[in-house]
Amino acid sequence: MIAEHFPILVILTPLLSAILIPLVGMIRRQLCWHVAFVASHIGFLISGWLLLRVRDTGRISYWLGGWEPPWGIEYVLDDLNALVLLVISFIAFMSVLYARKSIEAEIEPVRIPAFYSIFMLFVTGLMGIVITGDVFNLYVFLEISSLAGYALIAANRKKEALLASYNYLILGTIAATFILIGIGYLYMVTGSLNMADLRERLPSLYHSKVVLTAFAFFTVGLSLKLALFPLHVWLPNAYTYAPSVVSAVMAATATKVGAYVLLRIMFTVFSVEFDLHVVSITSILLFLSLTAIVAGSVLAIAQTNIKRMLAYSSVGQIGYIVLGATIVNETAMTGSILHILNHALMKGTLFFVAGCVIYKTGIKDISGLKGMARRMPFSMAAFTIAGLSMVGVPLTVGFVSKWHIALGAIQADMWYLVPVILLSSLLTAVYFGRVIETIYFSKEPGAKKSGSGLNEPRGRAGVQEAPFGMLLPTLILAALCIVFGAAASTSVSYAGAAARLLLGGM
Amino acid sequence: MKEKPLSENIIKRAMTRLLVPFIQLFAFYVIAHGDIGPGGGFQGGVILGAGFILYVITFGMDEGRKRISRTASDLLSTAGVLLFAATGFACIVAGGAYLQYASLPFSSPQLASHLAIFVIEWGIGITVAGVMITLYFLIGREVQ
Repeated sequence: MIAEHFPILVILTPLLSAILIPLVGMIRRQLCWHVAFVASHIGFLISGWLLLRVRDTGRISYWLGGWEPPWGIEYVLDDLNALVLLVISFIAFMSVLYARKSIEAEIEPVRIPAFYSIFMLFVTGLMGIVITGDVFNLYVFLEISSLAGYALIAANRKKEALLASYNYLILGTIAATFILIGIGYLYMVTGSLNMADLRERLPSLYHSKVVLTAFAFFTVGLSLKLALFPLHVWLPNAYTYAPSVVSAVMAATATKVGAYVLLRIMFTVFSVEFDLHVVSITSILLFLSLTAIVAGSVLAIAQTNIKRMLAYSSVGQIGYIVLGATIVNETAMTGSILHILNHALMKGTLFFVAGCVIYKTGIKDISGLKGMARRMPFSMAAFTIAGLSMVGVPLTVGFVSKWHIALGAIQADMWYLVPVILLSSLLTAVYFGRVIETIYFSKEPGAKKSGSGLNEPRGRAGVQEAPFGMLLPTLILAALCIVFGAAASTSVSYAGAAARLLLGGM
Repeated sequence: MKEKPLSENIIKRAMTRLLVPFIQLFAFYVIAHGDIGPGGGFQGGVILGAGFILYVITFGMDEGRKRISRTASDLLSTAGVLLFAATGFACIVAGGAYLQYASLPFSSPQLASHLAIFVIEWGIGITVAGVMITLYFLIGREVQ
């Protein structure tokens, strides 16, 4: 029965496509996209199947090479990572759909096979991090996705992209080294790399200095990787100068995977008791995430470049994910996990729209968006939906996750968090309101010819939308922002199961 | 006195011609020996690649590309990984888990593991050699 091998096939499909794409590219460059499309589609379907299966039958464990877990590498799917896996594979699928036109305009034709190959490798890395139940295997996949990520950012033609990529490379390597040191220390005292096994062996060693050091290295390394506020400096430039589709996929998945790993290490490798009583890591992270939420929003207000604004907004939103986790109760944790899904949808949409605008007009600044509602009505509608969602307007996904986090804060008697959440929503409303105001209500300067667009058509009047291949994924994601906001019961029940798993043990 | 270009130095050319076949033979030995002793695909692949790089250093990039074209080195890099993955798939087809060599239909599980590891060591070796050669040419081209 092939279905029992799905946990490995979901990783192998993108991995093999990454190897096949350069071969296909030797024959016909155009076919590369098709291979990536098919592979990411298969990956998405399998992850969907796996999520349903996990809901039905519970934890799935796959033993690589048939070796029994504490010794062999184990791939595990449970309520938490099946959901994250589906989010990643879905965003990857949408991005490949989007990439076809977008990449043709942004990258030299010779490099297109290499781009798709590295892109699929990046996706493989992210999916591998999520699915594996072995900490060292996690590190290997982390390196795969990081190295591919540096190359993807540098794929842009601009010089700044190289510098941004180099900065990210330095900081990302430091982060990966910290994580590796953490893994090494845990292995030193427990002799095990399997997450489930570590969880059983660690409690008796909780006061060992080696374990405490390992935990410190994990926390700092992962905070750097997921761009938690004081360690976010690599993120804005990386997102701003990467090709549009890369910004979208990174903002929507890479930092989410970092957040997932933090949750995984904090709550399933270590335990809630450790986080609360042995080292009060939750209060440290609580403080940092609050700073991230406010600072990210304030910095976003100060930006003029659309992509940079979205990047700073990501810094704030990552704060929400961490905040929900550090409140440590079921409601807030549900909100936090929902925000992983929801923020992926919202940020994916926003970066897709930014990419559509750049593709069509070359405009990168918010001020250039004047009167854009008439020229690109569908893209701008998608931007508005996602923007409102970021603010947290009811009936959108942003509301659902913020509501759960705020509710969880009240249940945990942490009333002081509610004003911060409200304040940050107001700040978000300021910077998105400014953009939406520019799009819909500013008069377009009549004589001014806007930008030197990459593919600007001759006629100025009327609708000049982005190509269908780019518009479709943008609109699908925007529609999902509403669907999961209005009919949230499914996603809430899935996230609730994941939250119970994190707080109650494996 | 100005030194002659590397490629015209008779001693280096003769020594390279003499050494490269032995280096390659040693690389094959290290790859093939990997599953029963020290060595393996990665180490052997590095030696194989290094042997070829020595040839390129002595005879120059153009001469090197005549021996192994860009297509050939690209194919080598991918073929090895595909060989590895195919072995894994064969295990699934034979009814085991991915990379569960013992499930392959040979007379004994030990023999099956032995042969499958032999194949994947070759896969690793080929890929590592291909990637080393590709990297050398890429960096060398930029230096020129």
